[in-house]
Amino acid sequence: MFSEPVLSLHNVTKEYPTTPVVRALRGVSFEVGRGELVAVVGPSGSGKSTLLHIMGTLDRPTSGEVSVAGYRVSQLSDRDMSSLRAHHIGFVFQQFHLLSGYTALDNVADGLLYTGMPLRTRREMAEIALRRAGMGQRLDHVATKLSGGERQRVATARALIGNPSIVLADEPTGNLDSKTSDSIVELIEELNESGTTIVVITHNPEIAEHFPRSVGLRDGQIEYDTSWEEVA
Amino acid sequence: MATALRPSKLHPRDLGRTATVGLRTRRLRTALSALGIVIGIAAMVGVLGLSESSKSELLAQLDRLGTNLLTVEAGTGIGIGSGELPEEAAGMIAQIGPVETTTVVSAVDDAKVYRTDYIPEGQTGGISVQAIDLNLLDTLAGTVADGQWLDSATGAFPTTVLGSVAAERLGVTDVTGIEQIWLGDQWFTVIGILNEFELAPDLDRAAMVGLAAAAEYLDDDGVPTRILVRVDPDQIDAVMGVMAATANPENPEEVEVARPTDALEAKEAADDALTALFLGLGAVALLVGGVGIANVMVISVLERRSEIGLRRALGATKRHVASQFLGEALLLSAIGGVGGVLLGVGVTAGYASLRGWTALIPPVAIGGGLGAALIIGAIAGLYPAIRAARMSPTEALRTAG
Repeated sequence: MFSEPVLSLHNVTKEYPTTPVVRALRGVSFEVGRGELVAVVGPSGSGKSTLLHIMGTLDRPTSGEVSVAGYRVSQLSDRDMSSLRAHHIGFVFQQFHLLSGYTALDNVADGLLYTGMPLRTRREMAEIALRRAGMGQRLDHVATKLSGGERQRVATARALIGNPSIVLADEPTGNLDSKTSDSIVELIEELNESGTTIVVITHNPEIAEHFPRSVGLRDGQIEYDTSWEEVA
Repeated sequence: MATALRPSKLHPRDLGRTATVGLRTRRLRTALSALGIVIGIAAMVGVLGLSESSKSELLAQLDRLGTNLLTVEAGTGIGIGSGELPEEAAGMIAQIGPVETTTVVSAVDDAKVYRTDYIPEGQTGGISVQAIDLNLLDTLAGTVADGQWLDSATGAFPTTVLGSVAAERLGVTDVTGIEQIWLGDQWFTVIGILNEFELAPDLDRAAMVGLAAAAEYLDDDGVPTRILVRVDPDQIDAVMGVMAATANPENPEEVEVARPTDALEAKEAADDALTALFLGLGAVALLVGGVGIANVMVISVLERRSEIGLRRALGATKRHVASQFLGEALLLSAIGGVGGVLLGVGVTAGYASLRGWTALIPPVAIGGGLGAALIIGAIAGLYPAIRAARMSPTEALRTAG
């Protein structure tokens, strides 16, 4: 079993003050250990995106406690949360979110933009990250000239460039065909094997099946967690 | 407990790079939104430059011409007088202490000027005949374009020197050959053509003859219609005060005393009013340019929600996002400012060279132009920047397409 949780959620709730009040998360608790690869699976409206935002410190829970890389989010200011994201969390989005005028190399280098690291160092590290993501041949290609799968590889390289404590991937295969999708899943597995802690959010149970652990989410609550079975 | 968090940092050079992302990816929009500022700044720099250049030209002109010239003329009109000064007026004026020189101009009204004796009577082309003292050229700081000025010998013979307009109208372009004109029913030889008089434009339309020749050949009585007087520059006002009474003690009210350089200065003052008007127009253009930038920036913030969301996810603080968009607005206005200054300088230099002036751009116009552009950019960018910074990262990422 993995020790030393990188991410821990304890009884996390999130309510949106609309009328009527939307309770997106209702007491979610789970931990992700260092080096784990976890899929959070759930249908549309199950609270996946809210959970991703809270795990990624892009939003605060209404109640409950979240810790990332040992930092308790409730004790952090907005600036501290930005620092936490800059140094400890990597994101992969369904829409890739690459800057269109930039090359693959510079898009990845931007993953460390807010760490204050000089551009030259960032580019050197970006090249290594792109090679890890299988994009060594496309360093100087402009983002708009890349295929969907290549863009997602670039986005993945950007997420792992600074060796973050955890990488959060939000529907990373959502915009890709099945073949490309498989290759991205393989990439995620490879990266995990080399030590990166990854949480993948997906609505697709087939993708979750590839991963050693999956957490099922329904109506803002954890329906199942395959790690329970192991313990049992 | 974990170690203290290293803060998010954005290197100033990287801030510069991020601030140019929007400008580089939307070049046409960048150019068009900077154009408003370009026009505003160019108008202001150009107007200030032209005004400064023309002022310096005027000063140089006044310096060259001297501001110590006075003209004494007999008033004309019902009940004012005959249009002539007393015969002895010039002598009386010369008695005033600070007066340096006097020059008599006597209009020979009866004499008409024609190119040849075949030209029908009346077709004089508006050219007058003026009998003049031979020091006229010095007094008016005039210059000879071709040929020579009258001297004591030629001034006593039927010779004439033409003003620039008179020469043009008579078709006398040079005096290398023997050019004669039909003046007062006899042939006069043209011995010189003058350049324009800046202080007495009416003499440009005159054929000038010596007083002696006028008396001998044109029956002129030599009564002055105008006396040009150079006085001690420090005593001008005092001399002006006594001039009328000295020139015509019996009827001083019939004498008009003027200072020709006043007209030049008055023209410049009128130009100043125009300058203020154009500066105002430039300021309006600048304001409109600023509103244009604010508009483009607000649209840009809305369009780039996903980028804002991404940057927050990468660790940007609110301040980083705000400074990126503020920097972009500042860059946009700086581009406009630099473009405007260059255009303004270009226009000034072009116009000045066209007019034969020395182009002079006051440094304050350049500094002020760039400063004004940046201030406008800062004001225009502030609201969009704050709006971008306040955007919640989850909202920005959720609405991103």
